[in-house]
Amino acid sequence: METLTFKLTLIFYFTTTIVGLIEIFKESKGLSKIILTLSILGFTFHTLNIVIRYFAFGYLPVVGMHHATSFFVWCIIAVFFVIEYKYRISITGSFILPIAFILILVSSTFRRDIFPLPPILQSYWFDIHITLAFVANAAFAIAFAIGIMYLLQEHFLKKKKVSRLFQRLPNLQILDEINYRLISFGFPFLTFAIITGALWAENAWGSYWRWDPKEIWSLVTWITYALILHLRIIRGWQGKKAIIISIIGFISVLFTFFGVNLLLKSLHNFNN
Amino acid sequence: MKIIVLGLNHKTAAVQLREKLAFNNDKLQDAILKIKSLPQIDEVAILSTCNRVELYIYSRNSNNNIVDLIKDFISDFHSIKREEFENSLYCYTDSEAIKHVFKVSSSLDSMIIGEPQILGQMKDAFEFALNKKTTGVILNKLMKKAISTAKRVRTETKISENAVSISFAAVELAKKIFKDLSQKSFMLLGAGEMAELAAKHLVANGVKDVKIANRTYERGCELAKDFNGRAIKFEDFLKELVNTDIVICSTGASHYVLNKTQMQKIMKERKYSPVFLIDISVPRNLDPDINDLDNVYLYNIDDLQKVVDNNILERKKEAEKAEKIIEEEVEKFFKWLSTLDSIPVIISLRQKAEAVKEEELEKFKHKFPHLNKDQLAAIEQLANAITNKLIHSPTVALKEYSEDREVLTEAAKKLFNLNGIEEEY
Repeated sequence: METLTFKLTLIFYFTTTIVGLIEIFKESKGLSKIILTLSILGFTFHTLNIVIRYFAFGYLPVVGMHHATSFFVWCIIAVFFVIEYKYRISITGSFILPIAFILILVSSTFRRDIFPLPPILQSYWFDIHITLAFVANAAFAIAFAIGIMYLLQEHFLKKKKVSRLFQRLPNLQILDEINYRLISFGFPFLTFAIITGALWAENAWGSYWRWDPKEIWSLVTWITYALILHLRIIRGWQGKKAIIISIIGFISVLFTFFGVNLLLKSLHNFNN
Repeated sequence: MKIIVLGLNHKTAAVQLREKLAFNNDKLQDAILKIKSLPQIDEVAILSTCNRVELYIYSRNSNNNIVDLIKDFISDFHSIKREEFENSLYCYTDSEAIKHVFKVSSSLDSMIIGEPQILGQMKDAFEFALNKKTTGVILNKLMKKAISTAKRVRTETKISENAVSISFAAVELAKKIFKDLSQKSFMLLGAGEMAELAAKHLVANGVKDVKIANRTYERGCELAKDFNGRAIKFEDFLKELVNTDIVICSTGASHYVLNKTQMQKIMKERKYSPVFLIDISVPRNLDPDINDLDNVYLYNIDDLQKVVDNNILERKKEAEKAEKIIEEEVEKFFKWLSTLDSIPVIISLRQKAEAVKEEELEKFKHKFPHLNKDQLAAIEQLANAITNKLIHSPTVALKEYSEDREVLTEAAKKLFNLNGIEEEY
């Protein structure tokens, strides 16, 4: 059941991605509804998969790269539905689903073993710290996708290319606004994730901050998004430059998530 | 049976000829009643616009003389020799005619493809004919279908989307930059026909804060009244730019009135809030390098024209999709049209069956007077079932569209001895 639901999730996200790409490049009418339906189906199986894992493992299935990435994607799709519900910009799915699919595809290459929760993680901080971090990252992922849409539309307007995609993409101002909102939403979550992490670290390892690579890169991410908010709120920045920084911010998120675990030695590596 | 379209349009005839053959309001009633009274013509409607004059005719008898008859009428009515207009006329019959009507209503035959006015004009034309009682079952149905086909084309293709005039293109672009035009501030710098038209469209699309900067302050005040805005001194326009999101510039100056350095300073002051500059003056009044600045979108007249050209091209692509929809609708209409032949036969077949059944039931009741109500009802039910089942398959066969339906209709008349069918339907 667990494997089956995961496979179905993968298949549905894949088909959604294909339809999404057709919508971007071929631009036929009426595809956005199909995209939404397919992604809802994929998300249903994904939810089922995570619930099954939760009961099988006895804890939130986020330990190990495979489970963590899968949960990350789940959060991304959840935030996508919220944005879709609020703004109804139908083409957003075409940009988000490919990101979700690539991430879940990557996750499927990692080992999927189930092991009991390491004693060090057995703490009430576990759920809080992790949920905060994932919600923040999901918001940043969507902000990234919206940012890409902004840059595309900006490019069309600057270069005076009125392609079909140009007609389908929404106006710059709304994209800028959503990007800003998502970051203002994600930032406090990231902040609290870092704070709870520090408190937990004090509890578990004996000190609040140990300059672990995960901690350093989280800080880099935090500074990047703090900079965006500073520029937007204090300097009144709008548009392209703020968007570009939000894209850099997400690259930093990805590195914190994957790079640190795969390339660097970190205390946050609980897989082995 | 024949549906005929006879007419000319902007592609086949020059305006001089079109205006000579036009049926203007005062002539229209006279003309339509006269045509209706011509022999062999059962239904007629006339569409007369500045780009086309078309006659829609239905005749129950397929006689080729009708077209000649109409041509003579036109020649008489407009006092114009046949040779002068004959070559500019097109004439379509039956499915070609239906197709043409649908193409016209869907605006595929228009000067600018996808412009919706023609549908309204066509509705008016048919309504006029309906009021004058010159149309009947066939042309009324044709009009209904022409309207529904046009609607289908508009919703299923993008034929009417995207601006095809420069002033509309400006509004369309503004909507791709800003979320809500009513929250944006607009400045008209200078004046001119096209600039004012674009300004009018912007105001119609919600822009409320309108500023007019004209070299002659009085002229600015006049324009400000038109747009419900306020005039500002021309020298102040740079200062005002800090609080302006959309600018249409057409000053007639022979040099740039705004350069990149000035704009850079303004952008800093407006905290890089996006700004849309439209320069429709020739020679240009806004330094093209301004477009390099972040969050500034500068379009000159050629850029807008390119947008328009591209949109027209898109519409032509969509027109191909529309053709397919029209083909489908023509087929449906043609099928409906040909079922008309068999409808009287079907009706009399039904009547005959009913009559036979009633007669036999009456006889039966006389023979067996002692039967009670329930028993009678059961017998009646049985009789109904048998008659219905028996006439079901011939009815379906007659209704269905097929090559040999004429033969079938005749056969049905003979087989069921259906004489005295009303010819009139």
